[in-house]
Amino acid sequence: MKEYRTISKIAGPLVFVEKTEPVAYGELVNIVLYDGTIKRGQVLDTSDELVVVQIFETTTGIGRDSGVRFTGETIKMPVGKDMLGRILSGGGKPIDGGPEIIPEKRLDITGAAINPYARGMPADFIQTGISTIDGTNTLVRGQKLPIFSGAGLPHNNVALQIARQAKVPGSTESFAVVFAAMGITKEEANYFMADFERTGALEHAVVFLNLADDPAVERIITPRLALTTAEYLAFELGMHVLVILTDMTNYCEALRQIGAAREEVPGRRGYPGYMYTDLACIYERAGMIKGQKGSVTQIPILTMPGDDITHPIPDLTGYITEGQIVVNRDLHRKGIYPPINVLPSLSRLMNLGIGPGKTREDHKKVSDQMYAGYAEGNDLRGLVAIVGKDALSERDRLLLEFADLFENRFVRQGYDEDRTIEDTLTIGWELLSTLPVEQLTRIDRDLINKYHPKLKSGAKKE
Amino acid sequence: MEVKGKQSQEKKQGVLKRIAGPVVTAVNLDAHMYDVVKVGKEELMGEVIKIEGANVIIQVYEDTSGIRPGEPVSNTGLSLAVELGPGLLTSIYDGIQRPLSVLVDKMGNFIERGVSAPGLSHEKKWTFKPVVKTGQKIEPGAILGEVQETNIVHKVMLPPNAKPGTVKTIKSGDFTVDEIICVLEDGREYPMIQRWPVRVPRPVKEKLNPTIPLITGQRILDGLFPIAKGGTAAIPGPFGSGKTVTQQQLAKWSDAEIVVYIGCGERGNEMTEVLTEFPHLEDPKSGKPLMERTVLIANTSNMPVAAREASVYTGITIAEYFRDMGYDVSLMADSTSRWAEAMREISSRLEEMPGEEGYPAYLAARLSEFYERAGLVTALNGAGGSVSVIGAVSPPGGDFSEPVTQNTLRIVKVFWALDAKLSQRRHFPAINWLNSYSLYLETLQDYYDKEVSPEWNKIRSWAMEVLQKEAELQEIVQLVGSDALPESEQVTIEVARMIREIFLQQNAYDAVDTFCDMTKQYDMMKSIKLFADLAYAAQLAGVSPAQINTVQSKNELPQIKFIKDYKPELAKIEKQMDTEFNTLRSAA
Ligand SMILES: Nc1ncnc2c1ncn2[C@@H]1O[C@H](COP(=O)(O)OP(=O)(O)OP(=O)(O)O)[C@@H](O)[C@H]1O
Ligand SMILES: [Mg+2]
Repeated sequence: MKEYRTISKIAGPLVFVEKTEPVAYGELVNIVLYDGTIKRGQVLDTSDELVVVQIFETTTGIGRDSGVRFTGETIKMPVGKDMLGRILSGGGKPIDGGPEIIPEKRLDITGAAINPYARGMPADFIQTGISTIDGTNTLVRGQKLPIFSGAGLPHNNVALQIARQAKVPGSTESFAVVFAAMGITKEEANYFMADFERTGALEHAVVFLNLADDPAVERIITPRLALTTAEYLAFELGMHVLVILTDMTNYCEALRQIGAAREEVPGRRGYPGYMYTDLACIYERAGMIKGQKGSVTQIPILTMPGDDITHPIPDLTGYITEGQIVVNRDLHRKGIYPPINVLPSLSRLMNLGIGPGKTREDHKKVSDQMYAGYAEGNDLRGLVAIVGKDALSERDRLLLEFADLFENRFVRQGYDEDRTIEDTLTIGWELLSTLPVEQLTRIDRDLINKYHPKLKSGAKKE
Repeated sequence: MEVKGKQSQEKKQGVLKRIAGPVVTAVNLDAHMYDVVKVGKEELMGEVIKIEGANVIIQVYEDTSGIRPGEPVSNTGLSLAVELGPGLLTSIYDGIQRPLSVLVDKMGNFIERGVSAPGLSHEKKWTFKPVVKTGQKIEPGAILGEVQETNIVHKVMLPPNAKPGTVKTIKSGDFTVDEIICVLEDGREYPMIQRWPVRVPRPVKEKLNPTIPLITGQRILDGLFPIAKGGTAAIPGPFGSGKTVTQQQLAKWSDAEIVVYIGCGERGNEMTEVLTEFPHLEDPKSGKPLMERTVLIANTSNMPVAAREASVYTGITIAEYFRDMGYDVSLMADSTSRWAEAMREISSRLEEMPGEEGYPAYLAARLSEFYERAGLVTALNGAGGSVSVIGAVSPPGGDFSEPVTQNTLRIVKVFWALDAKLSQRRHFPAINWLNSYSLYLETLQDYYDKEVSPEWNKIRSWAMEVLQKEAELQEIVQLVGSDALPESEQVTIEVARMIREIFLQQNAYDAVDTFCDMTKQYDMMKSIKLFADLAYAAQLAGVSPAQINTVQSKNELPQIKFIKDYKPELAKIEKQMDTEFNTLRSAA
């Protein structure tokens, strides 16, 4: 392989190389330092005169005397079944002291888009054991449902609880977890790893770790490596794969850093204008394929800068994903775990995964009614602060109490408490039964008569 | 074919000089703006978007990884065009009209590149029945004959840019789209297929002012903010507020004859949902599967941006083609913001001087050119048809002051403002009744008078007034609580709540409530008005608001939404309402 020594400029993570033979766009590049160290990069712009290479590691040590080798191929990820149980770096190299991965295949990490015509419709209810998800924001197989959180909130615990408890009731198909950390601290990483080991989850997991002190630009490829692995496990080995990506905010920062280095016209708050498309190329790598067994379900985690849901990172994410689970600081301060605020949370695929034969016939209506009650009760809190509780009508007083009960009984649960969907709906009905029956306008009469604890057959005897 | 033929003989072959993502530069190539070119050894499809000295700048509709400087580029000399003819209906295409089902056959479940696939099947035979006769003089756009495509009759037309002529031979029987079915006396021969460049509007004889509503079966739209057939509407809203659900509701239930649905830079699963659902849903009018009148364009967010940019033009050209046959077509574009972003991305790669928020300076012009292709028209052949355009807008952070929303609002006549506050409390459709508007109200009044009821326009204004009044009262309630309001205003608050919860809220996922015809809408609103009239009268007669709130029949009213043959039940409720108020008044 020819080695060029024609670097003309180094700026941030970008290296400019002159006078090369024709180099392909997107090609993998190795930069050889004076001591023989090799750094990897990718071609971003190629022409007769100039080739721009983005380096995935720090550019420390790269100089005009460094050698540049163009490999002639795009970045590939070696994948194989023995990846399960392994811990890899954010660049895909084993860091658990184990042997190299024996590749069964080498796959392009960019990943092609699933043809919408080939997609299978997600429909399998995943029980996470968390009421605010299962009951009101149901996750289904093949969905991409992010957790929107803030600095210092227990989103990692929520993610771990989901990873630990998630199951499709009645299914015995093989599953796997792909965990990709981007820019999280060593301490956080340890926390995840300890939990994986405690519960034996590591056996079914592939872990990619790019930590806070690892090169920021490597974060650009970490989620792509993880998703390439996930797609291999899902669509070639037929497994149901849950992918956890954390923290997407760090990924976006890396994206911004590269955009700035390329002197691009920045979009909102300095993030590149193509961030929507870039994120979509990650998040859209979830789903099912018609007539095939496996699935990729994604739970990306991101911390909203300043708890601001309109910040470009959560905003663009929300525009791509199929809903969001919002972790809330006020609930956390009240000591409620998991502090999930259902009001801004949403699962768009919920309707596909619930109902008779999947969860229960009353599921949707119970969820709608609880939302309505909680939303109204929550509004009344503001009013009470001004006019006092006494000025409230009986109806409003009950709604106010409903909001408190909702947070304390439905939202609050233990870190290891794994509620079945039956448990969740039972709690739901218990709470709804504190409201006058006439007020349950979102539930049909028959369902009320069948499930309302005070009305259902047999209730009167107690 | 009919497409402008401006091939230059000399340099149809050029050489690639630079590749930077979806934008590449070629040299030694003769080209005109918007020529379609084949890029690299794999012959990826691209389009000329800028010419700068010897450099020809091309946007490529497929991923350019692996392409090198020095690879060949060839110019087809044609503009980006779509194939129009029998076979469009029930199809699902990518942004450049490649059928996705064919792509699955050719390259499997994932979209690879370098595969071309024509928009129409060139093998399938269609039964063509002529409607013109030998010796007949025909004008551009004339209908030559018919093909029963699905339950829709496909009118085969002389291309709009063909010169007039006299029919020499016209055939009848089974033909592929390429076989000649008509020969004119001057020797010109026509197959069923036509090609039309997507960036050029198809000509019409005359544009008319819309006067008939597009009935959508969605109460808040038909009832409060209607769109006319041939009209334009925008539906902006933050993520998760209901743009897609509303657009899909329109695609399902609006009384258009043809629906073109463009998934422009949005989710793959949403397109799959349409594909799985539509074949099983029936058109409330014809009883035929909805898919039979539908054409889908799916260029999802992770598919190439240049093809996303083209998808909107591909869609509207297909819509215009069916309009020319005399059909009412409605076109949904979800989301026009992703289209604008594609323009922005391409523009920034061209290093053009950015306008507001990095969007190209021609954003406003492109948006208005697009919406201007909507309209109620007399086609060249004299048929009356329409294209209604409904565009979703996805403003960053849900802030409507951004350029795409603002430029869109300057053009469209109907504004359905989605509101995150409403969607958070699961008030669906989450369309804000105070901010939304329709500029068609006046022109449509006659239609409602005749087709719904002479009372409709009055009752509509009444409902709007109540909602407006409620908004004012709510400000006071926020400060002092509702008990502090005068009694009549407490009744107003209750009536407004009923309008919101019974009339405005509509569950897209309920088998019955998903579609509500105009008669039912009118009946529902009338019952609420009946309650209001009785309640105000009772209040004047000394009945307290608390007592009025005990009226049971009021709680029965919401159930009407979920009953298909609601009339008997509604009559019962109204009767009970009357009785209950009589009792209250006699007690007072
Ligand atoms: N009319 C409706 N009836 C019932 N539910 C609705 C209705 N409209 C919206 N929803 C609910 O809101 C959710 C989000 O709606 P939708 O996907 O249309 O949002 P969107 O505005 O298109 O968001 P994005 O910009 O992210 O695509 C739906 O999944 C559904 O649960
Ligand atoms: Mg949408």
